[in-house]
Amino acid sequence: MTKQNKNIADSPILNVRNIKKYFPIKGGVFKRTIGHLKAVDDISLSINKGETLGIVGESGSGKSTLGRVILKLIDATEGSILYKDTNITSMKRNQFRPYRRNMQMVFQDPFGSLNSKMSVAELVEEPLLVQTSLSKKERQEKAIEFIEKVGLRAEDRLKYPHEFSGGQRQRISIARALITNPEFIVCDEPVSALDISIQAQVLNLMKDLQEELGLTYLFIAHDLSVVKHISDRVAVMYLGKIVEIAPTSTLFKEPAHPYTQALLASIPTLNKKKTDEPTVKLKGDIPSPANPPSGCAFRTRCPFAHERCEKETPVLATQGVQHEVACHLLDGQDDVPIATKSDPTLKKISKA
Amino acid sequence: MIQQDVLQVDNLKTYFHLEEGRTAKAVDDISFKISPGETVALVGESGSGKSISALSIMQLINKPGRIEGGKITLNGEEITNYNAKQMTKIRGNDIAMIFQEPMTALNPVFTIGNQITEIIRKHKKMNKQEAHQHAVDLLKLVGLSRAEEMMKEYPHQLSGGMRQRVMIAMAISCDPKLLIADEPTTALDVTIQAQILDLMKEMKERFEMALLLITHDVGVVSQYADRVMVMYGGQIVEESTVDVLLESPKHPYTQGLLASLPMVDKDVARLGTIKGTVPPAYDFPAGCRFSTRCPHVMEQCLSHNPSLSDIESEHKVRCHLYPSEVEE
Ligand SMILES: Nc1ncnc2c1ncn2[C@@H]1O[C@H](COP(=O)(O)OP(=O)(O)O)[C@@H](O)[C@H]1O
Ligand SMILES: Nc1ncnc2c1ncn2[C@@H]1O[C@H](COP(=O)(O)OP(=O)(O)O)[C@@H](O)[C@H]1O
Ligand code: SF4
Ligand code: SF4
Ligand SMILES: [Mg+2]
Ligand SMILES: [Mg+2]
Repeated sequence: MTKQNKNIADSPILNVRNIKKYFPIKGGVFKRTIGHLKAVDDISLSINKGETLGIVGESGSGKSTLGRVILKLIDATEGSILYKDTNITSMKRNQFRPYRRNMQMVFQDPFGSLNSKMSVAELVEEPLLVQTSLSKKERQEKAIEFIEKVGLRAEDRLKYPHEFSGGQRQRISIARALITNPEFIVCDEPVSALDISIQAQVLNLMKDLQEELGLTYLFIAHDLSVVKHISDRVAVMYLGKIVEIAPTSTLFKEPAHPYTQALLASIPTLNKKKTDEPTVKLKGDIPSPANPPSGCAFRTRCPFAHERCEKETPVLATQGVQHEVACHLLDGQDDVPIATKSDPTLKKISKA
Repeated sequence: MIQQDVLQVDNLKTYFHLEEGRTAKAVDDISFKISPGETVALVGESGSGKSISALSIMQLINKPGRIEGGKITLNGEEITNYNAKQMTKIRGNDIAMIFQEPMTALNPVFTIGNQITEIIRKHKKMNKQEAHQHAVDLLKLVGLSRAEEMMKEYPHQLSGGMRQRVMIAMAISCDPKLLIADEPTTALDVTIQAQILDLMKEMKERFEMALLLITHDVGVVSQYADRVMVMYGGQIVEESTVDVLLESPKHPYTQGLLASLPMVDKDVARLGTIKGTVPPAYDFPAGCRFSTRCPHVMEQCLSHNPSLSDIESEHKVRCHLYPSEVEE
């Protein structure tokens, strides 16, 4: 029952096509490039206005890099980013300036991302100084408006970040991100560092602000329950690629990719009983993105890996309404066992 | 036959004496027991006193912290006044501890093999070769199949999950009767967390250990613990079996905490919240420590801190909403 009365437009606000971000790996005496770390490897997605697209995946899967590339905080190696049909990929700084104020970011670490020498008022006002030509008085008024909008007290505006709790600091970051009236916000693990009761306050705030201001979110998190709560659609990343993308309810009810299934099975929940049969859990660690396995990057941990997985990289293919999955099991060409959510034991599906 | 408790903690208090004469009451009068083989979870948000409780039991409190009072009994023997040498023997032999970040417990300049064999030889009469073999066996037991090679590797060469497995191997190397795990999986990804928790459960059963599992994750509590204690402001505010606590939480803080959890198997349009933030340990309100945030606060809550009392068998709550005989 996600967002039944939410206003999501049909047209994409953001369209990302075949984005790659490769970091050079240097080595040897001369520090030459000896290889590439494929942090983001050929990702395409689009987000509609008013929508929240969640991105989940284990650490190192490339979530933050994707967010930073989309906001042009770092350059893409390849691919294009369309913001409302305008290609912003290779825009220069001053060309991009009017777009920058529309595309903001909220980071995980409210400590690290706030300058400790600036007061709350200065911090919240700063983006206006850089990105608009408002007068000092206008800027100050706006800062107070947004300090209050995120649930902080205007009296506290002269205090410094260290005088606030983690949750309050995250509110400051959100005020900073919102003050230029952006349309699109990348939220990179915005509640991961917060305690549960504070996390709930911030999540509710972000939902309220989205409704009030018609915001579009790309919401990155490793906590699936948080992502489920806030997202309309969810993309699952593994080693730089999207392996499954679907509307939230579909992804959680009928996960199709073995990795998504394993992720869901790994979450300890209140309703799973201690006596329940153990579900398929993943063996081993996520491989290094500097040296990913051939074919399907998940095959070293996949309980259903078969010959084809080593040779051929699966691509995203339609599995249902707005539901795409990248796995060889799902094109019906392979005679291999497959797991389903309703029946976690192996079910033999033959080509028929 | 009544089984002797593995651990009994009575009225433990650990304070930090800060500058300007302030005192942080990190752990303030907690009492509990752990039976053999039992898994007891200690949950609470950051700063509630979970780690300091564990470190106090281990007598690993440093200045400006000090254990102010209380009694700690291990397998029927009071260890409260043990000296440093006696405690060194207890740690590892009788109680082992695992931390959130294994890197802080492992020495970066020694190999894994060095560190495990050292622990084994400290507590067991084994020569170098026997200790080496025992170490390899332990590493294999915790699922590290490359055990022989890994003995020669350094901590930074291993992933976070592998390091936590090494910590578990070290913890069980001397068959302790109690394992204290302080947020052992908080720094790990969810698929690795599942592996580590399952391994701890298996080792616990195999070696018949009791487990004190410190976590802030209610899902982990639900799936791995028998009993649970909820901490707030340096005190236990509710204690019961896991099923009872999750089905009918009684303390307003526990209720608020459960309502604020987003869950993968439950749909809520809006999360419940607890207003405000945790007060610092040097500035608790008079009366009930939750009174600044409690939706049910009453006049007596502002002056009298309720005691932790039984409201039914095996269910204790610290709150004036529930009738109790004794008051502090
Ligand atoms: N500036 C950088 N230089 C080199 N490697 C990087 C850089 N930033 C990220 N990486 C690597 O890219 C991969 C993906 O990282 P990241 O996007 O931070 O993942 P996530 O946010 O999912 O944890 C990781 O292996 C990381 O080490
Ligand atoms: N080294 C220290 N110096 C001063 N106060 C401390 C120190 N360590 C802990 N405390 C106090 O003890 C309280 C409880 O800390 P801790 O047990 O680490 O919390 P938890 O493990 O539940 O997050 C903290 O809120 C803090 O006030
Ligand atoms: S393509 Fe093969 S290895 Fe990859 S997820 Fe599907 S079955 Fe597993
Ligand atoms: S004692 Fe009073 S303030 Fe404290 S939890 Fe109970 S009702 Fe709330
Ligand atoms: Mg990240
Ligand atoms: Mg702690």
